[in-house]
Amino acid sequence: MTPDLILIAVTAAKIAIVLFAILTLAAYLVFAERRVLGWIQDRKGPNRVGPFGLLQPLADLIKLLTKEDFRPPAGDKWLFYLAPAMAAIPAIMTFAIIPFGAPVTLFGTEIAMQVIDLNVGLLLFMALSSIAVYGVALGGWASNSKYALLGSIRGLAQLISYELSMGLSLVPIIMLARSLKLSEIVNAQSGCWFIVYQPLAFLIFLISILAECKRIPFDLPEAEGELVAGFHTEYSGMRFGLFFVGEYINIIVLGGLATTFFLGGWHGPVLPPVVWFTMKTLSFAFFFIWLRGTAPRLRYDQLMQLGWKVLTPLALVNILVTAWWLVLKG
Amino acid sequence: MTIFTDIKAILLGLWTTWKHMLRRPVTIQYPEEKRQPSPRYRARIVLTRDPDGGERCVACYLCSAACPVDCISMQSGERENGRRFAVWFRINFSRCIFCGLCAEACPTLAIQMTPDYEICKRDIMDLLYEKEDLLIDGCGKDESYNFYQHAGIGVAQRRGEGAEEKAPVDVRGLVP
Amino acid sequence: MTMNILFYILAAVMIVATLLAITEKHPVHAIVYLVTSFFAMAGIFYLLCAPLVAMFEVIIYAGAVMVLFMFVIMMLDLGHPEEAQRPAFITWLVPLILTSLVLSSVVSAAVFRTFPGGSNVEITARAFATVLFGRYGVAIEIISMQLLFAVVGALYLGRKGGGK
Ligand code: SF4
Ligand code: SF4
Repeated sequence: MTPDLILIAVTAAKIAIVLFAILTLAAYLVFAERRVLGWIQDRKGPNRVGPFGLLQPLADLIKLLTKEDFRPPAGDKWLFYLAPAMAAIPAIMTFAIIPFGAPVTLFGTEIAMQVIDLNVGLLLFMALSSIAVYGVALGGWASNSKYALLGSIRGLAQLISYELSMGLSLVPIIMLARSLKLSEIVNAQSGCWFIVYQPLAFLIFLISILAECKRIPFDLPEAEGELVAGFHTEYSGMRFGLFFVGEYINIIVLGGLATTFFLGGWHGPVLPPVVWFTMKTLSFAFFFIWLRGTAPRLRYDQLMQLGWKVLTPLALVNILVTAWWLVLKG
Repeated sequence: MTIFTDIKAILLGLWTTWKHMLRRPVTIQYPEEKRQPSPRYRARIVLTRDPDGGERCVACYLCSAACPVDCISMQSGERENGRRFAVWFRINFSRCIFCGLCAEACPTLAIQMTPDYEICKRDIMDLLYEKEDLLIDGCGKDESYNFYQHAGIGVAQRRGEGAEEKAPVDVRGLVP
Repeated sequence: MTMNILFYILAAVMIVATLLAITEKHPVHAIVYLVTSFFAMAGIFYLLCAPLVAMFEVIIYAGAVMVLFMFVIMMLDLGHPEEAQRPAFITWLVPLILTSLVLSSVVSAAVFRTFPGGSNVEITARAFATVLFGRYGVAIEIISMQLLFAVVGALYLGRKGGGK
């Protein structure tokens, strides 16, 4: 076999593993969310299907697959069909750049635990997250329903606003790591995690990713109290499922990125790196669920004010301070 | 500073939910664990008998009239001794809303509600309870109450033998 | 070899998507085609060893500018744009002349000049930044001043009871 073929085979294997892991994790995150929310509300949550309800995701999948796939007749057919994929695919693709473990040496070749280590990895993440907006926007627009349209307009405005503060909060990280490559960002944190140097940036990033995955308290695009289900009101069956799973994949991916940028990625003592990475990522997912059980929804003007008048200026000041600090340190 | 109060509020909320996460769920796992409702619970309706074993119901139609969803129907009849009874008595439990108005309306305490809440049937026609299904062999909640001891003078017993009944005045006697 | 095949695929996608974006009557569909074309262009930039430009293409054009366009289109009631008339031939005339000018210059440049073969050295973020903020520093400053004016203007127009 030529080196090229080996490279292709290894990459394909990594893609398959990552896809499988991420889809399973997302399915079980849905289950975990229902259980944890149950505990928060002094309930038990789903515990009937299989031992401890562990087969619940499978039951949900079968239910979603066998439901009627309804399309509003007055809507835009192709965009309606396309939108769920547009929402889910960028989220899945983002995982390609996340290093989930230390490089291992297999048969004399070093294999990075990362599907692809791009030189512009961080920018690819920004690009993909800015693309994910289209799923929300087109899905709501193509449904030809006022609730869906309102939801997608809210989603559009929210995602654009918070992408800005998210991007700006990452600039100090680039400055500290002196690279856009995610593997190098992780390696720069082998001594000290960036959250120690950049607690403010971490906070801004955390709030921004909460808004990016449209979770409570930023779930205005799908606010069920006002907009039925927001941009996916008209979706049913597996198309709805795709939106739904996309949201959870997004949680995992953004949790993984927060781990990579601020919590030292896979670095950690004693346990194997992959375990450390998974633990850190899942702790973000747990925090999201916990917050969902706690916080009420923001009002729309509060959302915009928080984004534009608090987070973005704070992130800018943070960049400035970090730059001065780096210059003075020499 | 409002920002500090805001942060404190969020942390306090998180702390509260955290405590609840560790608390024992209050869920009752229904088919395995069953809850015992209180005796006053309003569920399946029964027709009771008086302490002597006779049917309490006198087919007065009061329950049927009180029922807001019109799910009680019956046909009244009279025995030789003058005691009224229901020839047939039917409650449509698929319509019943378990409001308890029938039990309140009943003058003889015949119709009563029990705590048995598990009335589900696969076929809706099975929810049509006839008199045989409703009539039980006990007195229900008021064990000692016997309607004909208080009313229906001269029907179930001779005059003057009721509970609060004085013996009839002997109009021919001189004693007051 | 693979690079060449990829390039032709991307170029074909880009041309077809751009043509469709121009001829499509419905603005939302046109935006979707245009975004597709931007993606293909980003791919071509990547093949040309300029990953930074490729990413900026997607972030800025596909992710920000087009989203804002879409936002505006979704807020407006367009009625039935599918039933709109195509513009008359006379309105096509000027664009046609301009296009033919551009095309002829491109073709003549391709025929009469030789270009140094594209280097296979990837332009890193550091090299890009050094050139941008070193050699073109003044231009960047001027552009940022302009953007600042735009921001101040937008604030002025957007303030409560403003714009009068
Ligand atoms: S159940 Fe009671 S209210 Fe109903 S008919 Fe019989 S005696 Fe009358
Ligand atoms: S409980 Fe209410 S609804 Fe049911 S039979 Fe009695 S009066 Fe009718």
